[in-house]
Amino acid sequence: MRLCITAKGPSLDDDIDPSFGRAAYFLFHDPDTGELKAVPNSPGAHGAGVQAAGIVAENGADAVITGSVGPNAYQGLVAAGVEIYVGASGTAADAIAAYIEGKLSRADRPSGKGHGR
Amino acid sequence: MRITVASGKGGTGKTTVATNLALALADEHPIQFLDCDVEEPNAHIFLKPEIEHRESVEKLLPKVDEELCTRCGECAEACEFNAIAVIGKKVLVYNDLCHGCGLCKMVCPVGAISEVPHELGVIEKGKARGFPFSHGLLNIGEAMATPIIHELKAGIDPEALVILDAPPGTGCPTIAAIQGADIALLVTEPTPFGLHDLRAAVGVARSLEVPIGVIINRDGIGDDRVERYCAEEGIPIVLKVPFDREIARFYSRGIPLVDVIPEWKERFLSLYETLSGRLAGDRAEDAMLEEGGEK
Repeated sequence: MRLCITAKGPSLDDDIDPSFGRAAYFLFHDPDTGELKAVPNSPGAHGAGVQAAGIVAENGADAVITGSVGPNAYQGLVAAGVEIYVGASGTAADAIAAYIEGKLSRADRPSGKGHGR
Repeated sequence: MRITVASGKGGTGKTTVATNLALALADEHPIQFLDCDVEEPNAHIFLKPEIEHRESVEKLLPKVDEELCTRCGECAEACEFNAIAVIGKKVLVYNDLCHGCGLCKMVCPVGAISEVPHELGVIEKGKARGFPFSHGLLNIGEAMATPIIHELKAGIDPEALVILDAPPGTGCPTIAAIQGADIALLVTEPTPFGLHDLRAAVGVARSLEVPIGVIINRDGIGDDRVERYCAEEGIPIVLKVPFDREIARFYSRGIPLVDVIPEWKERFLSLYETLSGRLAGDRAEDAMLEEGGEK
């Protein structure tokens, strides 16, 4: 199981960055093996959600854990076959724990309007 | 000559200024009026044009032939706007992000991309009080206003005294309306909001190298910070419109001020004299500087 968590910094102790497309870091993490890869995000002026979905697809993840995803990101992640879990808060480690305990809700539609709203 | 009436803040009185200026000058000058606020055009309420024709404004969207496409991703790599993405085996085209530039089609090594027209809105052209009038209407759900503004500007008569009513803000649509103007009249109100957004609008006009005149509407409310700012920045305040019940009453009934209060016609005429005098002065100064440079 490979997860992608959006975070404000490169470690699991950093807080969740709630806006998927404009998150500071994508943390690719396998809770079984402990593997962690932090990919910094450098979104352009336009289409940050699309770009971010591309990064997730390239790095491979079974699920994304974030605060909210807009419509463009949602469409991209669905195309990549990635499950989307929204409403995460606290540190990345907290969010992973919440995910494992089944406390995060799985998004079956965009949870925001884009631009972090 | 082209005069763009703009503002950072919405609801400051751009349309009041633009329509009254056009009507005041129409007897003596070959006016052409362009309402570039294509999301919410409202100059027609005051000018009551007769629309003579209507044309569609389109952009070209990429269409990917999934059989030919090798999923190489060069299109996505090239797109500045992330409007096309290759994710796994899928190619996604995002209509709202696409600027219709056609670069994806150019870079596709296997010719899998063609372009299909997509309507963004319409422009309507006609006559208002004898002068040419046009405005644009962005279709509901569309995000891209600039192609419609460019299409309106493509219809500019180079001989006319063109008045453009810009959309509010400081983004691409406002830039499109200000670009190429001889002067930007920035309408503001003397409030902290007004000042904040005026500063932003001044930044836009300056970066486009368009001379600025400020108009203070609802003068008498708020404070004097807008005036102090203009003095510090050396920006002329070319007109003040007082906060006045009579003006508000005519406005709310869609009646242009210059039609009912003759002194406002005089004021808008002298505003134009001020602007053309100032521009002629600037040009003379530029010419002198150029001559000086040659010596």
